[in-house]
Amino acid sequence: MRITKKDVEHVALLSRLDLTEEEKEAYTKQLNSIIDYMNKINELDTEGVEPTAHVLPIYNVMREDEVGESLDREKVLENAPEKENGQFKVPRIV
Amino acid sequence: MNQKYETVIGLEVHSELKTNSKIFCDCTTEFGGEPNTHTCPVCLGLPGVLPVLNKKVVDYAIKAGLALNCEIASFCKFDRKNYFYPDLPKAYQISQYDLPICKNGKLEIEVDGKKKTIGITRIHMEEDAGKLIHQGDKIAEAESSLVDYNRAGVPLIEIVSEPDMRSPEEARAYMEMLKAILQYIDVSDCKMQEGSLRCDANVSVRPIGTKEFGTKTEIKNLNSFKALQKALEYEIERQIEVLEDGGKIVQETRSWDESKGITVSLRTKEEAHDYRYFPEPDLVPLKIDEEWIEKIRKTLPELPNERKKRLVEEFGLPEYDAGVITSSKALADFFDKCLEGYDKPKIVSNWIMGELSRLLNANDLEVEDCPIEPQDLVELLKLMDKGTISGKIAKEVFEEMFATGKKAGRVVKEKGLEQISDASELESIIEQVIAENPKPVEDYRNGKEKALGALVGQVMKATRGKANPQLVNKILKEKL
Ligand SMILES: [Zn+2]
Repeated sequence: MRITKKDVEHVALLSRLDLTEEEKEAYTKQLNSIIDYMNKINELDTEGVEPTAHVLPIYNVMREDEVGESLDREKVLENAPEKENGQFKVPRIV
Repeated sequence: MNQKYETVIGLEVHSELKTNSKIFCDCTTEFGGEPNTHTCPVCLGLPGVLPVLNKKVVDYAIKAGLALNCEIASFCKFDRKNYFYPDLPKAYQISQYDLPICKNGKLEIEVDGKKKTIGITRIHMEEDAGKLIHQGDKIAEAESSLVDYNRAGVPLIEIVSEPDMRSPEEARAYMEMLKAILQYIDVSDCKMQEGSLRCDANVSVRPIGTKEFGTKTEIKNLNSFKALQKALEYEIERQIEVLEDGGKIVQETRSWDESKGITVSLRTKEEAHDYRYFPEPDLVPLKIDEEWIEKIRKTLPELPNERKKRLVEEFGLPEYDAGVITSSKALADFFDKCLEGYDKPKIVSNWIMGELSRLLNANDLEVEDCPIEPQDLVELLKLMDKGTISGKIAKEVFEEMFATGKKAGRVVKEKGLEQISDASELESIIEQVIAENPKPVEDYRNGKEKALGALVGQVMKATRGKANPQLVNKILKEKL
């Protein structure tokens, strides 16, 4: 599989990244070399090997259903660029 | 509907679980708090925080899976579903992708007396998003939007059905049965008006006899049974019209516009559906053993279909009555409570399906909010049996009880509605009626049995419906 400039543009759009032409070229090259490296894994026989769900061999980490303190609203909104009536204000969505 | 086409419907139902705290943090899940007061660094997605799974969420998901005849996964994990939208503070939703907690379930519905099994593909756990208020008439015209993250992180289960439904009625019946089951097992309060039970519908049509499915559209925003049915009816008509005109169905997401009664295209870009799922590295996988499953299985209550069977077998109710009463746990509980103090099941079921349901519907109330308690209805029924009030007056008393919350005995006393069963009092009224209505009196004496009805009616009128009808009949016949 080869990564094309179109793939880079697609991923950039999904990530809301505005890339210059030079950046697109550079990322296409870099992503391809990463994919090439990853392709080495395909040389291994993975028949019967379970897909990795997590790198740590730990399971069932859970908490009891108990309510604790929420954050003070002043604090919640402290970093908001814009706010109104105790809510985050965001620009036009569509 | 056009007879040449067959409809295929599958539903994706989201149900908020009634835990006390959120799925990955200990903020409250309570509905209706001041905006952004039920939030913390975890559910706001601030950098450096770690989610920790609420065990109750897993318990409830297993319980729902068992009630819906699913296989419970012995191993499952969470995944990140990536997309940008302001109601999603982390820019990804923690959900389950390829290894959901439950799969291969089924549910039995009944439409027009015909039973049908609807397959359930899967149930998975995920977190709810926040709430947006658009500043403008609609989202496309809004210059800005306000975001409240109180709902972000409230636990959800998504229940995905097989495309097994063939009509809007079947879809509605499925949704109603699903709601009933989730309420019976007490994992969700299923308040559609508060959004704790929501539904998206996938729908397509195909010429009858075709094997392949037609191109489907997905309708979002279906927040009531009525909306579900109406939106499907509209969308099916629309698709058939497009095909009949030689057009093609575009695979797209559409939204139901309740006020206009139409579905409209949301025209989302293809890219928007590229969620790039990957395993959530912040949460470790789950192993669910038989012991855990059996522990949950023991907490399963009697489910709607079993309860229906019991009402038929134990109380001799007609299938139809039992179906209506067990369609909601609250209604079925109301019935059972009434029977603790009153032993005529059919009479109780008549009142529940008749007057009680009528007044609840007219006032847009749920059974849970009913101003009349089961023992209040029992008191009324006993007054009727004792002959203190007539059946007709009982309905009037019931309405007053419903409106004011007063008990039956008090309403009867305050309004002077006791039935007149005193023969001497009735005799004088009847004599007057006989004197004032010579025509029916003569007709009756000439053998016209029917004329008696007119005279009884006059007596009831004179007593404002309070006369004991049997007694009136008896005295009238004697006098004539
Ligand atoms: Zn929180």
